[in-house]
Amino acid sequence: MTDISATSTIRSTAPSKAAIRRKGSTGRGRLPVLLLFLPPALLLFTLFVILPMGEAAWYSLYKWSGYGAPTDFVGLRNFQVLFNNTAFLTSLKNNALIVVVSIIVQIPLAIWLSTMLANKIAGVVLFRLIFFLPYVLAEVAAGLIWRFVYDGDYGLFASLAHLFGVETPYVLADKDLAIYAVLAVIVWKYFGFHMMLFIAGLQSLDKSVLEAAEIDGATGWQKFRYVTLPLLASTLRLSVFFAIVGSLQLFDLIMPLTGGGPFNSTQTMVTFLYNFGVTRMQVGLGSAVGVVLFVICVTLAFGYKRIFMRND
Amino acid sequence: MLQIVGVRALRGKRTAMLTVSTGLAVLLGAASAMADTTVKWLHLELDPGYVAIWRKIADTYEAKHPGVKIQMQFLENEAFKAKLPTLLQSSDAPDFFYSWGGGVLKQQMATGALLDLTTAMKANDGAWQKSFNPAAIEGLTFDGKISAVPFKLGTVSFFYNKALFAKAGVDAAAIKTWDDYLAAVKKIKDAGIVPIAGAGGEKWPIHFYWSYLVMRDGGQKVFDAAKNGKGDGFNDPAVVKAGEQLAELGKLQPFQPGYLGATWPQTLGVFADGKAAMILGFENTEGNQKTNAGDGKGLASDNIGRFAFPAVTGGAGAVTDTLGGLNAWAVSKKAPPEALDFLAYLNNADNQRQMAKAGMIIPAAVGAEDGITNPLLKQAAEQLAQTTWHQNFFDQDLGPSVGRVVNDVSVGIVSGQIAPKDGAAQIQDAFEQDQL
Repeated sequence: MTDISATSTIRSTAPSKAAIRRKGSTGRGRLPVLLLFLPPALLLFTLFVILPMGEAAWYSLYKWSGYGAPTDFVGLRNFQVLFNNTAFLTSLKNNALIVVVSIIVQIPLAIWLSTMLANKIAGVVLFRLIFFLPYVLAEVAAGLIWRFVYDGDYGLFASLAHLFGVETPYVLADKDLAIYAVLAVIVWKYFGFHMMLFIAGLQSLDKSVLEAAEIDGATGWQKFRYVTLPLLASTLRLSVFFAIVGSLQLFDLIMPLTGGGPFNSTQTMVTFLYNFGVTRMQVGLGSAVGVVLFVICVTLAFGYKRIFMRND
Repeated sequence: MLQIVGVRALRGKRTAMLTVSTGLAVLLGAASAMADTTVKWLHLELDPGYVAIWRKIADTYEAKHPGVKIQMQFLENEAFKAKLPTLLQSSDAPDFFYSWGGGVLKQQMATGALLDLTTAMKANDGAWQKSFNPAAIEGLTFDGKISAVPFKLGTVSFFYNKALFAKAGVDAAAIKTWDDYLAAVKKIKDAGIVPIAGAGGEKWPIHFYWSYLVMRDGGQKVFDAAKNGKGDGFNDPAVVKAGEQLAELGKLQPFQPGYLGATWPQTLGVFADGKAAMILGFENTEGNQKTNAGDGKGLASDNIGRFAFPAVTGGAGAVTDTLGGLNAWAVSKKAPPEALDFLAYLNNADNQRQMAKAGMIIPAAVGAEDGITNPLLKQAAEQLAQTTWHQNFFDQDLGPSVGRVVNDVSVGIVSGQIAPKDGAAQIQDAFEQDQL
C-alpha cells in the first residue's frame, strides 16, 4: 500500500518540474502557435455557432417569412405570441414529461438491468448487445418502425388486438394516448444507453467495499441501497444530465411517429419550432422559439453542472 | 398550327430573356454558353406511370437539344412544403418547381425568389400566354406579374365505391344537399361500412370539407371579403355555420378508425382497399388510389363513381362553384433560359394532351382538353368548364401561416376538439396577425 503511494508521488513530482521548465521555454514560442492553431477553430466556431445564435436572436425581433431580408420590426411580439400559444405550452410540458419519465422509469430500468449485466456470467455480452441495439438504430428508422408497430390496421398492435379479440387501439391518433406511446418508444430507444453508462460505472466500483459489506452481513438490497447506489451517484447525475439534454433535442424520433400531432399533443420544443416556424414560414417566431430553447439549455446545463455535478 | 404557335412563343421568349437587365443576361448567357446545362425540375408526383410520361417528354427534349440535361428531383408533398423556403434561397435551388398558386406563390414572387414571367409570356403578341386557359393565367397573376407557368386545373369532389353504396342501399345521384349527404353517411354507417376515408394526420385533406362548406354557405362574396380583411372576416355567420355543419358530420364518426393519424397515401389506400365507401379527393383520385392500394390494383375503374360536393339549402354559394387546384410551375430567379424553353415545350398543347390522355391532368393548355379519355376525369373537366366560381385551395390561397391554421381548425372541428365559433375566431386571429 505505502509502496504504491510513494512511487506515485515520485512520478507526480517529476513531470511537474519538467512542466515548469517547458513553460518557461514556450513563453516566447506561444504566439506563433496561437496564431497558427487558434484562428481556424475560432473562425469555424464563430461562423457556425456564435453567428447563427446572434442571428436567431436578431430575427426573433422581426416578423419575417424567410425570403429576402427582415424589415418588419415587431419588438418582443413573437415572444408574446409564443407564450400565448397552447401548442408551445404543451411542448414545454412534454419536454418536462420526458425528463420525468426518464428519471422514474428509464433510469431505474437501466440500473436494474446493469446490476445484472455488469457481472461476468455466461451470455452477458449478448444481452448487453440486445439491450443496446435500439440506441444504435437511427432515430428516423426507429420512428418509422414504431409507427408500423402502432398501426391499427396492419401493424403489430392490430395483430395483437385481433389475437385477443379486442378492438384495435389507434394509439398514435388519440390525443390523450399518443404522448405515452411516444414516451414508450423513447424509453425503449435510450434505456440501453443509460444501461451502458451504469455498467461502466459498476465495473469501476471498488469491489472490496462490497466485500466488506458482505462480511458485515448486509443483505442484497442493503448492499445495493447503501453501497452500490451511493458509489454510482456520479454516473447517475451524468445519466440524468443526458436525459435532460436528450429531451431538449428530441425531434427526429417524433417526426416519423406523429409529426407533433394529433392536435399538437406530442410536440416537443424542437418539433414546435419546425412545425410553426419553418413550415409556416414564420422565421421570426421560429427564431423566438430558438432563443427560448437556447436560454433553457444554457440555464439547465450550467445550473445542473453547478448544483449537482460540482464534485464530479 | 399549334406547333407554330409553340415555336413562335419560344423565340419570343428567348429575345425577351436577353433584354432582361444586363447583369442577369450576362450571367444567364454565361450559363447557357457552357457545354452542358442542367435544368433541375422539382416535382412531387407519386405515380411512377406519370413520372415516366414526363421523363419521356424530357428525353425527347434532350434529344432535340444537345447539351441540355433535364434532371428530375422528387420530394414528398409535406417535405416539399417545409423544405422549399430554405431550398429556394440556397445555391441548390431547383430551376422550376411545382406550385399550388395562391398566397404562397404570391409571397415567393413578392420576395424576389421567382422569375417574373410576364415579359416572356407577353412576347410575340403574347403567344405563350395565349397558349393557356385565360382563367389559369389570371389565377397566377399577382400585382400584374405572371408568376408561374400554368400546368393543370383541378377540382375536388367526392369519389365513391359503387359496390359499397349499393350494399348500403344509397343512391349517389340522389345526394343533392348537405342534409342528403349526412343521411347517406348515416345509412352507410348503419350498414356496417366506414362511410368516408379521411386523412386527419395530414390535416389538409380535411380542410376541403370546411372550405367547401364555407363556399356553399357564404359564397364568393363572404370568402373574398374575409380574404381581404373586410366585414366580419372569418367570424362571418356563414363561416361559423359551415363549421357547425362540419361538426355535425364529425358527430356521425364517419371516418375510418384512427383517421387522425392517417396520411393521405394511407387514406387513399383505405379507399382503394374497399375499407371506406367515399373519399373527398382530387380529380385524379382514380389513378392515385391504384398506386396506394394494398394489392397494387385498387378499385376497378367502373366501380368508382363521382359526385360534386352537395349544396347547402339556403346557402349563398352555388353547387356549380368549384374548389380545386390551379397548379403551375414556378421558375426560380437563377434558372437558365433553357429552363423556360423546356417549360414551354413541356406545357405545349401536344404534351399536355399526352398527359391528359394518360388520365394525369385536366390540361391548362388551350386545345389539349380533347386528350381526356378517362370518364371520371372528363366529368371533372366538364364541371370545371361550367364553373361559376373556381376557388383555389384555401390553405394555399391564404398563405402558409393562415393556411395551416385553417387545416388545424378543420381537423379540430370535425373531431369535436374545437367549437365551430372558436375555430372561426382562431382563423380570423391568425389572419389579422399575418396582416400586421
